[in-house]
Amino acid sequence: MTLKECYQAMDASYDEVISRLRSERMVQKFALKFLNDGSYQLLISSMEEGNCEEAFRAAHTIKGVCQNLAFTHLAQSSSALTEALRSGMSPEAPGLLEKVKADYQRTVSAIQEFQASL
Amino acid sequence: MAIGPAKNPCILIADDSEMNRSILEDMLGDEYDIIEAENGEQAVEIIQKREQEISLVLLDIVMPRMDGFGVLAEMKEQRWIEDIPVIMISAESNPDNIEKAYELGATDFISRPFDALIVHHRVVNTILLYAKQKNLTNLVADQIYEKELSSSLMIDILSHIVEFRNGESGLHVRHVNLLTELFLQHLSQHTEEYRFSRSEISLISTASALHDIGKIAIDEAILNKPGRLTNEEFEVMKTHSVIGAQMLRDLPIHQEEPLVKVAYEICRWHHERYDGRGYPDGLVGNEIPISAQIVALADVYDALTSERVYKPAFSHQKAVEMILDGQCGVFNPLLMDCLRDLAGSIPMELRNDSPARAQQREMRNIAEELLRHKELTASERTLRLLEHERMKYNFFASLTDEIQFEYTVTPAMVTLSAQGASRLGLPEIIMDPLHDKKALSIIEGGNWDDFSQALRGTTPEAPLVRHDCRICYDGDWRWTRLIARATWSQEECPQFMGAIGKAIDVHDSRMKLTMLERMASHDPLTGLLNHSTAQEQIKARMEAYPDHKYALALLDLDHFKSANDTYGHAFGDQVLTYLSDRLRQSVRSGDIAARIGGDEFLIFLEYSHDIVPIIQRIYNSINRRQYREFPISISMGVSKSEETGTDYTALFNAADHALYAVKRAGRGECRFYNSRMEKVLSVITPIDGEEKVPAGLAGGEGGSRK
Repeated sequence: MTLKECYQAMDASYDEVISRLRSERMVQKFALKFLNDGSYQLLISSMEEGNCEEAFRAAHTIKGVCQNLAFTHLAQSSSALTEALRSGMSPEAPGLLEKVKADYQRTVSAIQEFQASL
Repeated sequence: MAIGPAKNPCILIADDSEMNRSILEDMLGDEYDIIEAENGEQAVEIIQKREQEISLVLLDIVMPRMDGFGVLAEMKEQRWIEDIPVIMISAESNPDNIEKAYELGATDFISRPFDALIVHHRVVNTILLYAKQKNLTNLVADQIYEKELSSSLMIDILSHIVEFRNGESGLHVRHVNLLTELFLQHLSQHTEEYRFSRSEISLISTASALHDIGKIAIDEAILNKPGRLTNEEFEVMKTHSVIGAQMLRDLPIHQEEPLVKVAYEICRWHHERYDGRGYPDGLVGNEIPISAQIVALADVYDALTSERVYKPAFSHQKAVEMILDGQCGVFNPLLMDCLRDLAGSIPMELRNDSPARAQQREMRNIAEELLRHKELTASERTLRLLEHERMKYNFFASLTDEIQFEYTVTPAMVTLSAQGASRLGLPEIIMDPLHDKKALSIIEGGNWDDFSQALRGTTPEAPLVRHDCRICYDGDWRWTRLIARATWSQEECPQFMGAIGKAIDVHDSRMKLTMLERMASHDPLTGLLNHSTAQEQIKARMEAYPDHKYALALLDLDHFKSANDTYGHAFGDQVLTYLSDRLRQSVRSGDIAARIGGDEFLIFLEYSHDIVPIIQRIYNSINRRQYREFPISISMGVSKSEETGTDYTALFNAADHALYAVKRAGRGECRFYNSRMEKVLSVITPIDGEEKVPAGLAGGEGGSRK
């Protein structure tokens, strides 16, 4: 599996990320690194504990990283969740979290598949 | 402020996401050293420690502990933001947040997702821009340095004039200056009431140097009196504050300058006290301007801790106690807090103060001043600061009679201070001064060449030259001391660039000195040389040319005692003056004429062939004259070095013998010495009364009795 195929598997734009970060080596490095990033775990645990402030920062971080790596779906859903958490827990937040979870799984499994093929 | 050590510029990345930090590090790590902070607090801590190293901060907004806005606010508070540019990088797309970041002083804002190329370019450009700005600041600081140096030189000179008369240590003004600055800074930082900008602090502490200028007008006997002043003396002493203020008020120009205004407040009111018991106006509380209150405190502290003619020096501890105790009058309670807070550090601050440090401090202030006024362009800042310097310089120049000048080799040009030019009747700028007839005509021949040679002969390490010569002020030739500092270029092989300096009128003191010298060497009644000076000059002349021929004549006014007795001493003095005048007229210009005793005179002459006719002519022009009722008759004895050798004592004694012989022979004639006189005299008992002169000693060579 190529990196481009990996992006296709998560329905994200490989061309966009290459046009911005300008190096396949770098995109690959940080895509793989995303697997170990703790922000997602932090988001899940803070949501369970009802720590809205922490959850907001975690969602915000995921949003930033995904925007940079052009993980389009996860970037969109985490961005929506960020806004739903900005001024405290809003009623939409739990629903948006489920969407984030689904997008995260899809993104991560594409990367894992890519990693396995290396 | 040093620019770029050889290593890479350093960037601080503050972002709570390790992923985000490493993406940025990946993009920039090859060209820059990266420091990472994972929250706002850590970022502030790092900037605090490594402010000088950090060239740029990449700052995230959303972070735990302290967010990006918090970091910006802290950077603004600490004024780091003036030296360190900040680029915000954030996934925040809310326009309000972007605006807030700019308001807090961020240089740039990059939204996620970002383009690596753009991040790279913005980072590079921002760092370059700031480096340029720092370079520019240093450049301007360099330019100002020279001006700054000369104006602090002027302050030093002025303060020394005052302190010299006061018999003070020479450090008093410097200490007051430094303490004033310390108090002002402390007040600014620790009270709500007072906020002084850097330039205000600099202005007030500069003006503090003038607090005692009024003492110039106080009698030295009072200024330096050991022990207590009487009430009357103290009243005189107290006038110095009003006099100093008046001197400033009477300045023909610069009345509107802030420096003059502040100096006026300080001069007039630095002896007022908070409870109204000070002088001259008995102002109460904050009726006294804060500048004067602070200088008053600094003045008292330094006076206590310094030795004076009327008291020993107190320790720092004791001085602070005495002030807090109210023993030196009542001060503003805020200032007392200030003194308490600073008490621990004052002695060290004073000890560490050297002129070099003071300059450094000044330079730091200028540099900070520059950076703070971001709204101005660099050239406007430069002009403004230069204008300030010029104002200071002109102010100090106008307080003295000195003429300041600046000389540059290329272009060949002399610039004179405004009033210097008008005193000399020259334009302020003289092109090609070495060939300018008018400029050359006001300096006594040859001196300009000597002076410029001396300047070229200096080295960058020892650039000072002092030269005394006469200069023409509007037709009046006056002795003037030129003091100048040669300027050398900074190159490895320094080039002579010109000089800055001043001309001080030393005519009066020099004339006084000449007069004293003259008084010491001349007879006050007749204006002729006195005996000892004549002797010195004769000896010197004979030593210089021992093979020349010399004659020495001693002469004596016959029956002078009776002139005094008959007509009184005043008349006697007139006779002596008359005789001296005739003597002066009859000797040649190279001859020496002196009064060596009551009515005894000496003439010393050099001759080449025959001395006899010369002596005869002189003798005839003074003998057998009449001064009013008194007939003048002269006895004169003459000796020649041909016979005695060029030993002064031998020559003098021989003339004395000849004179003696004339007196014995009945006076009123002139004789030359011969060896028989010696012989005869040696067997004759010296006589004490003029009447008893035995006859028969006439026959000396060349007798010229008429």
